[in-house]
Amino acid sequence: MTDMSPRDELVEHLPAMRAFAISLTRNGSLADDMVQDTLVKAWTNIEKFEPGTNMRAWLFTILRNTYYSSRRKSKREVADVDGVFTESLAEKPAHDGHMQMNDFRKALGKLKVEQREALLLIGASGFSYEEAAQMCGVAVGTIKSRVNRARAQLAELMEHGENESLEMTDDATMSVISASKVASF
Amino acid sequence: MKAAKNEDRESVIDENLKKVFNETLEEGIPDRFKDLLSKLKQQESERGSEND
Repeated sequence: MTDMSPRDELVEHLPAMRAFAISLTRNGSLADDMVQDTLVKAWTNIEKFEPGTNMRAWLFTILRNTYYSSRRKSKREVADVDGVFTESLAEKPAHDGHMQMNDFRKALGKLKVEQREALLLIGASGFSYEEAAQMCGVAVGTIKSRVNRARAQLAELMEHGENESLEMTDDATMSVISASKVASF
Repeated sequence: MKAAKNEDRESVIDENLKKVFNETLEEGIPDRFKDLLSKLKQQESERGSEND
C-alpha cells in the first residue's frame, strides 16, 4: 500500500538540512540535534506534507521553527560565543587552501541571525525570494532587505579583515555603518 | 565602476557561501541519521503489522 511514501524522500534532503542547520547555529552538535528533531517531526507529521510541493522548503520551515523555539526556550543566544563553530570547521582541511574562508566564516557568524538565515536561503540553498519569505513568515521585501544588509555587512567585514583600514567614503561601508546598530548583538 | 565592484563582491560572497554549504553536503549522511531512519521505518512496519 505505502510503497512510495514521501517519507522515502526525507533522506535526500538530509545533507542540505545539516548544511542549513550548521550555518544557522554555528554549532555542529546542536545543528545535528536540530536536524534529528526535524526528521522525527517530519516523519510523524508526513501527512501534513502536500505531495507535489517543495519538500525541502517544508523541511527547512520545520527546521527553523525548531531552531527559533529552542532559542526562545533557552532565552539566550545559542550563538557560538567562543568560536566553537569556527574552530570545528577550521579543523577540516580547506578545499581551496584559502585562509579567506575562515575569515568568511567568522564574518558570517557576526551577522544577525535573521540576516544570516535570509542570505543562506537565497545565496546558498537556491530558494526564491518568494519561497524564503513564505518559510520565514515575512514579506518578500523583508527578505530582500535582509539579504542586502547581510551582503553589505559581509563585504565590509571581509574587507576590514584584509586590510585593517576602514574607508569611510566607500558606499558599502557607509551603508553598513548605518545598518550596524541592528547587527551588533 | 562602483556597481561592478558590488557585483563582484556579491558573487564572491555567494561563492563562499556555497563552499561553506558544500563542505557539509560532501560529508554525506552521518550514521546517526541512517540509524534513526531505519528505526523509524522499523517502528512503522511493526505498527503496521499490529493492525493486520
